[in-house]
Amino acid sequence: MTALTAGVGFKPQHLDEALACTEAGVWLEVHPENYMVDGGPRLAMLDALAARHPLSLHGVSLSLGSAVPPDATHLARLRRLLDRVEPALVSEHLAWSVYEGRYLPDLLPFPRTAEALARVVDNVQRTQEALGRAISVENPSHYLALEGHAWSETDFLAELAARSGCGLLLDINNVHVSAHNLGFRAEDYLDAFPLHAVTEIHLAGHGVDETRDGRLLIDSHDAAVDDAVWLLYERVIARAGHVPTLIERDGDVPAFDRLMDERRRAHRAMSRLREAA
Amino acid sequence: MNELAAYQSAFVDALDAEEADFAPSRHAAFDVYRNTTMRGCVDALEDNFPAVACLVGRDWFRSVAALYAEAEPPRDSRLLHYGDTFPAFLAAFGPAAELPYLADVARLDRLWTESYMAADAAAPDWGGLAADALARVVPTIHPALRLFRAVTPAVSIWQASRAGLPAVDDLAWRPECALVARAGMTVQVHAVEASSLAFIDACATGATLAEAAMHTLGIYSDAALDHIFAECLRIGAFAHEGVSHP
Repeated sequence: MTALTAGVGFKPQHLDEALACTEAGVWLEVHPENYMVDGGPRLAMLDALAARHPLSLHGVSLSLGSAVPPDATHLARLRRLLDRVEPALVSEHLAWSVYEGRYLPDLLPFPRTAEALARVVDNVQRTQEALGRAISVENPSHYLALEGHAWSETDFLAELAARSGCGLLLDINNVHVSAHNLGFRAEDYLDAFPLHAVTEIHLAGHGVDETRDGRLLIDSHDAAVDDAVWLLYERVIARAGHVPTLIERDGDVPAFDRLMDERRRAHRAMSRLREAA
Repeated sequence: MNELAAYQSAFVDALDAEEADFAPSRHAAFDVYRNTTMRGCVDALEDNFPAVACLVGRDWFRSVAALYAEAEPPRDSRLLHYGDTFPAFLAAFGPAAELPYLADVARLDRLWTESYMAADAAAPDWGGLAADALARVVPTIHPALRLFRAVTPAVSIWQASRAGLPAVDDLAWRPECALVARAGMTVQVHAVEASSLAFIDACATGATLAEAAMHTLGIYSDAALDHIFAECLRIGAFAHEGVSHP
C-alpha cells in the first residue's frame, strides 16, 4: 500500500466515482455511527470501499469529554466495524455529546481542568483498550470563551497524548474558526501545537453567522477550504512533514471531482515537501 | 457530583431553556450549540421520515420534528435509528388530526428504515424439494421483512409520497397492508392483501408452510395461497434456515 497522502470525506452520492478512483495516496473517511447497522446496503457499501481504498473511521459521538466512561455498547459496535474494515486511521473529538444517556448531536466544549484531563485520559485509554489500537483526538471548534480553563488547549492535548498514548488530529479549519471567535492568533496556537503527535490533519470550509455580539465563524463544512486555512496548512506541514490530510465536506456537497481538486491541492503540497527534502 | 458532571448538567439545562443561570449561555454564541443540537435531531427525522416530510411540507415537518426532539431527544448516537416513537407522537399530535393517515405513513417510513438496517440473509434453497417435503418446511422469516397494517390507505399514500407526489388521484379510502422486504440490497414496500400477512404471521410462530396455509384459509377462505407463496418467495420474505432473528 502506498503512503496515505490526501483523502476526502466519503459521501454516498459519490460511491461510483470513489470506487473508480485510482489516484495514488487517496483514502476515504467516514463517520462510523452511520455504519453501525446489522446489515444491508450501508455495510455493503463500506465493504466495497474498504476493498478499494484505505479508510479512516472518524467518530462523532464517543463523548470522550464526558464525566463518565464511554458507552460499552457503542465501543463494542465500533470494534466490530474496525475488525470488519481494518481502517488505517481511527479518530474522535476532544468534546462531549452524551449526557446521562441523551445524545446531543454536536461537539460540546468543557473547561480544561485537571479533573477533565484525568477523565479524558481515562476515557481515551478505555477506548484504546476496547479497540485494541491507538486513536487520535481532534481539537474542536470554539464559539465562546469558557471560564475555568486550567490548561491551554495545546498543552492539554500534548498531555493527553503523553499520558494516554493517543495521537492527535489537527483540524486547521477549527483552529482558524476558534482563533477568530475567541480572538487569538491561529499561528500562535499552531506554533504551540504538539505536532510530533499529529497523525492526521483536517481541512474544511466554514460559514459566517452574524450575532448580537458580532460575527462568528461556524465550522459548517459546507464550503470549499478557505485560502487562510490553506496558508496555515502549508505552514504546518513545512514543520510537521508528511501527514495524511483530509478534505471534509458535509453540507452543500459538490461533485466528487470538485472535492478531488481540493484533495489534489493538499496532495501536491505534500509532494513538494518530499521533493524539497 | 464532580465539577465536570455538574458543568455538563448545567450546560444541558441551558440548551433546553431560552434563558438560564449558566454563564456561557449569556453569550450570543451559545445559540450555536442550541441550534446545532436541535438541527441535528430535526435533520435526522427529516432523513428518516421522507414520506411524512413530503406530505406535510418542509416547514410544518421541521416544526413538529422540533417538538418531538424536545419531548423525546435521541438516546442513541446512531441517528439513523432516531424516531422509533415518532409515529406514536404524530398519532397523538392534535394539529395532525386532520391527516388521519399521517401516523400510519410515519410507521411505514420507520419500517422501511428497519428493513434497510437489518441483517443480511441468503434466500432459502427449496428448489429440490418435492411438494410434500416443501409442505413440512418451517420457514425462517428474513430479518429484513416487516409487516404493515393500516386502517387508512397509507400504503398508496406512502408510495405516492416517496415518488415525490404529495397527493393521490382517485384514492379509495380503505384499509391497506404491505410487506416491507429487502431482496438483495434494495428495500421495497409491496402492497399486499391481509391474507398475505396472516400467512407470514403463522410462519413466524413456527408453523410449517402447510399449517400456515391452513391457518390463512381459516381466516380468508378465498385466499390464493399459490399466489401468496410465490409472492413471498419473489420479494425475499424468507431466509435460508439457521438465520437468527435480530
